[in-house]
Amino acid sequence: MSAVIDHGHTDHHHGPAKGLMRWVLTTNHKDIGTMYLWFSFCMFLLGGSMAMVIRAELFQPGLQIVQPEFFNQMTTMHGLIMVFGAVMPAFVGLANWMIPLMIGAPDMALPRMNNFSFWLLPAAFGLLISTLFMEGGGPNFGWTFYAPLSTTYGPESTTFFIFAIHLMGISSIMGAINVVATILNLRAPGMTLMKMPLFVWTWLITAFLLIAVMPVLAGCVTMMLMDIHFGTSFFNAAGGGDPVLFQHVFWFFGHPEVYIMILPAFGAVSSIIPAFARKPLFGYTSMVYATGAIAFLSFIVWAHHMFTVGIPLTGELFFMYATMLIAVPTGVKVFNWASTMWQGSMTFEAPMLFSVAFVILFTIGGFSGLMLAIAPADFQYHDTYFVVAHFHYVLVPGAIFGIFASAYYWLPKWTGHMYDETLAKLHFWMSFIGMNLAFFPMHFVGLAGMPRRIPDYNMMFANFNMVSSIGAFMFGATQLLFLFIVIKCIRGGKPAPAKPWDGAEGLEWTVPSPAPYHTFSTPPEVK
Amino acid sequence: MGLLLWLALGSAHAQWTVNMAPGVTDVSRSVFDLHMTIFWICVVIGVIVFGAMFWSMIMHRRSTGQKPAHFHESTTVEILWTVVPLAILVMMAIPATKTLIEIYDTSESELDIQVTGYQWKWHYKYLGQDVEFFSNLTTPRSQINNREAKGEHYLLEVDEPLVVPVGTKVRFLITAADVIHSWWVPALAVKKDAIPGFINESWTRIEEPGIYRGQCTELCGKDHGFMPVVVEAKSKEDFDAWLAERKAAAAAERELTSKEWTMEELMARGEKAYVTACAACHQPTGEGLPPMFPALKGSAIAKGPAEGHIDIVYNGKPGTSMAAFGKQLSPVDLAAIITYERNAWGNNVGDMVTPKDILDFSKAQE
Repeated sequence: MSAVIDHGHTDHHHGPAKGLMRWVLTTNHKDIGTMYLWFSFCMFLLGGSMAMVIRAELFQPGLQIVQPEFFNQMTTMHGLIMVFGAVMPAFVGLANWMIPLMIGAPDMALPRMNNFSFWLLPAAFGLLISTLFMEGGGPNFGWTFYAPLSTTYGPESTTFFIFAIHLMGISSIMGAINVVATILNLRAPGMTLMKMPLFVWTWLITAFLLIAVMPVLAGCVTMMLMDIHFGTSFFNAAGGGDPVLFQHVFWFFGHPEVYIMILPAFGAVSSIIPAFARKPLFGYTSMVYATGAIAFLSFIVWAHHMFTVGIPLTGELFFMYATMLIAVPTGVKVFNWASTMWQGSMTFEAPMLFSVAFVILFTIGGFSGLMLAIAPADFQYHDTYFVVAHFHYVLVPGAIFGIFASAYYWLPKWTGHMYDETLAKLHFWMSFIGMNLAFFPMHFVGLAGMPRRIPDYNMMFANFNMVSSIGAFMFGATQLLFLFIVIKCIRGGKPAPAKPWDGAEGLEWTVPSPAPYHTFSTPPEVK
Repeated sequence: MGLLLWLALGSAHAQWTVNMAPGVTDVSRSVFDLHMTIFWICVVIGVIVFGAMFWSMIMHRRSTGQKPAHFHESTTVEILWTVVPLAILVMMAIPATKTLIEIYDTSESELDIQVTGYQWKWHYKYLGQDVEFFSNLTTPRSQINNREAKGEHYLLEVDEPLVVPVGTKVRFLITAADVIHSWWVPALAVKKDAIPGFINESWTRIEEPGIYRGQCTELCGKDHGFMPVVVEAKSKEDFDAWLAERKAAAAAERELTSKEWTMEELMARGEKAYVTACAACHQPTGEGLPPMFPALKGSAIAKGPAEGHIDIVYNGKPGTSMAAFGKQLSPVDLAAIITYERNAWGNNVGDMVTPKDILDFSKAQE
């Protein structure tokens, strides 16, 4: 298998190529992982600045900064960029860097395709972002782009949006195929499936989810394209189509998609908590089965996003019960993490702080998810700020904190230096306070009756919106500190040993820090 | 965190509302009860799980000399914490199912109202009563743009609320004319998507007279935040009187069609009707928001032959946001709006479109 990385050079111990072409032509999983992570962080800042525009407009009632049509473009682009540009590429970046190191593989199984899947992303997002500067503006129909608002009533730039989604989809599918091929074929001798770190397990399952649902999204946007340009009526009732069909197709993609954004974080946290509790993960086997159960359930719950579209009573009941069931495997995971901490010998470095906050705050997001599953109650919650609070609780302290925890945990391995622990703790506490201040009050305004995606609101929602905005500004500004910490860590700092965390387990800690350009050219033996 | 802040400020002022209101119908109260039940279940589970985690974080630290234990699995507890949550969920599903069945029972209604969502207003039609009207936002632009103090019902006020009788099972037939909207009144716990080409059903029985306010809850374009729902519940007697009055007014409105109109009258009525029906897109200045919403000021259609102008207003422009207003507005309003558009903002075509022209046009269409 190591023949795959033979570049045809005569010098066997070559390092990276020099200059810009290193990055354009690279097939090295570490280089590609690094590019994915930087790309994701740029998108995180861009999507974040759009969130700042949204929160600035919502700081007070009345229209102050932007007009409704631009506000709608901001909410739409914020969602699209964060989902497809920030969270998903960050996890692919982590997968690229860590999966080969964790399973003792020399590289990803399909290195050239790996390069292509990354370089599709700048093209896709260049296309998407360019729509903001087009006449008529960018996508303004929400990241869920419900037809017919996005077809008959959409701006002209919608076609560019559709092609951007196609490119992202191709990139994701290729990335996922690569992950599956790597995990199933390149494991070191003795690395049986049930010995794999959970991050590898959750990514394997995530990759299958991606392969299953990204084509559905591609089909969905293709039908939009046909409706817009070729006179079909998939989603147009006047031509015999059905706008609700759009929602079924979209959410058949969309619900597994939300698990795609959280499962890898589950995996990372399942490595980090045992490392800092200095105690093995509790219930490894049940963690694997729970992840599988969550993935399976994700395919049969999509219509809980559509409780108010008028699906028949039996359908409504089925989707309510199925959705409530998700609480069971998710609960198992949370109980396992808590039991892993129990009677450990814990220290709280930045990766652990982010991981513990992940467990607690993600669980709060899970609670509001359980509330939303109750269909009759959902009639009151649906499309209000309660939903916004819910999914930001699972995505920000869920996905994003999971990514921060991973970044701090593996930065010493990536850079060969320890990051500044004091600054990292400051980053954690500012993020933690800012994030809760931003999103907790959204539960309140949602329950009080404030719909989502509105640029202006009645004064009864004013106070909590102001609190939310202050929290959001704080959270946003804090991320520049993260950038500073990472750059500082790359440029220098205390040299990191091969295994900087005394409780950490896994093959990635058997190679030196920083990890050499080529690792495991000879596969390690796993006992 | 927000909760702490709320306690610290110690204010019970309405602006710091933290919970759903129970509402004013049986259904809304059952929904509220479900909401509180599931909330308290979550609180109890949260206290146990987070309590254990915090206990562990305080007691099981390396700095206190704690040595790590080595246990890492137990099939018994895994089964236990699979089965117990499952049992709790089953207990929760029973009342939820009961309430859902009740919400879905739209039979035996005593009054049927068709609710149609338009960009960005609601249309109400009392089926079999010959009464229908649009309900538009009345909050003035000056309040939205912060040039004037905001009123108490800022963004939640309309020219014509939906009027319903109390103690009556009212069925709503909900649909839309352009994009998907969603009709929501929190106090009634009624939220149903309004979908073009499809009709959804919902119902309510309000006990107390009063005014209940809500908003559109499905993103429907630019002015999604500016299409409130206002329901006024009246006693049965008041409702009957109101309905009779509306029927008479509708008859009087039809009379107006045959009246001889002057240019000044049409322009005055046209300006008002334009502001409610057209200005959201084409702007009060007639300059529009190109390219989505073209300018009318100096437009070839507005300055061209009257037939073309009537045609686009009456039939709309398929494939764009321009709706067909022929079925939405009365012939009088259509005539007034078209006359206004042809003569305002320096368009000065000089001609006049009368309600009779509209009637002729609509006959020729059939």
